[in-house]
Amino acid sequence: MNVLEQLIDFIMDPSTWTGPASFWTRLFEHLWVSVAATLIGIVLVFPLALYLGHTKRGSQAATAVVNVGRAVPSFGILAVAFLILVEFGAGVGTPWAVLVALIALAAPPVFTNTIAGIQSVDPATVEAARGMGLTGSQVLARIELPMAMPLVMEGIRIAFVQVIATATLGALVAWGGLGRYIIDGFAVRDNGQILFGALAVGLLAIAAEVGFSLIQRAVTPRGLRVAR
Amino acid sequence: MSVVFGQADQLLDWSWVERNIGQIVDRTWEHLTLTGISVALGLVISVLLAIVVLRWRWSYPPITGAAGLLYTIPSLALFALLVPFTGLSQTTAVIALTSYTLFILIRNIVAGIDGVPAYVKEAADGMGYTPRSRFWRIEVPLALPAIVAGVRIATVTTVGLVTVTAVIGLGGYGFFILRGLNTFFWTQLIVGVLLSVVLATILDLAFVALQAWLSPWSKRRAA
Repeated sequence: MNVLEQLIDFIMDPSTWTGPASFWTRLFEHLWVSVAATLIGIVLVFPLALYLGHTKRGSQAATAVVNVGRAVPSFGILAVAFLILVEFGAGVGTPWAVLVALIALAAPPVFTNTIAGIQSVDPATVEAARGMGLTGSQVLARIELPMAMPLVMEGIRIAFVQVIATATLGALVAWGGLGRYIIDGFAVRDNGQILFGALAVGLLAIAAEVGFSLIQRAVTPRGLRVAR
Repeated sequence: MSVVFGQADQLLDWSWVERNIGQIVDRTWEHLTLTGISVALGLVISVLLAIVVLRWRWSYPPITGAAGLLYTIPSLALFALLVPFTGLSQTTAVIALTSYTLFILIRNIVAGIDGVPAYVKEAADGMGYTPRSRFWRIEVPLALPAIVAGVRIATVTTVGLVTVTAVIGLGGYGFFILRGLNTFFWTQLIVGVLLSVVLATILDLAFVALQAWLSPWSKRRAA
């Protein structure tokens, strides 16, 4: 039996689509943990990034975060989060390790892009706003933040797509999500299941990327659109 | 970690490290070869594609679009997609890892060449350079900082991704991470993560040094 037939067999199998371990359950697990991690990541770093960007103190912090974030493997973050939670008796079969690791992944792009966005606002614009009598927080809320929005959204998109991708590894720490198909498929050498999982995860990541790009474009004021 | 748990001796069992030094060396070699082959292969393919892009401008969106699509696919999924065809092999790992470098490298190479100021090119023309020699002797050297920056990002990213190949029986240091994870053994996990970070940092710094050596003028200008 070739690989494609195995894949079709797996898709045709009713147990793929119903029951407690159905595709829909896995998809839901994958999505909620990704959305939650991204939102929590944003809430955690956004205020600090705004402050650092506004006071022009953020460049070095942003560079450091980028470099460290890239060097630490996300698989490693996930594994460390898992073992720490196991120490506290909340590891196996729970989504918490995955959530913690994904928050750690979502935060850096949001942090650096927010700082970059605010610092990229033309100083002359900020000065003009001050000249018109705006206070510091008004400058931030009415001038800097709106103008930084395209880069902030870009950061959130990068974070979300990366989180969706890495949530796949949740299956390695005894949790669910679409990665289960891949890990279970490897375990029982079921090529159909492996391929099914790979396609599901791949398509979901691409859908997240494309979908978010469309949202990004829709919410960016026309005057601020970056020519691509 | 030790601050959190106050039991550093349990977190890092040095006798394990001593007993397994041979395997650590083997996994270092595996990590280095997987990274090296993938980035080198990615660079060759990216240079060829960048030359295509520079020649036929309309090909930039489709080529970077395709590379971006590959880049978006989660690593575990890409390995899984290949395993039914290329098996649990180094080939599978290298194909996937190489495909991730393309997006980063192509964009940096093209941006680097595009960043060469027009007056420099005109001066080269005026000095009698042919288009080909102008490209290799003027534009490529001036684009080197951007190209090396791309190689740095690609290398550091690849070092991190290699750890995931542990699920297809390879992994370099990822082998220790997966083992530590499955056996709840902190030492292995910490060794795996730390060595991976150290390797990424060393390679990153090596490229900084390489760039300073290859383009001494960029340093002088910055100073």
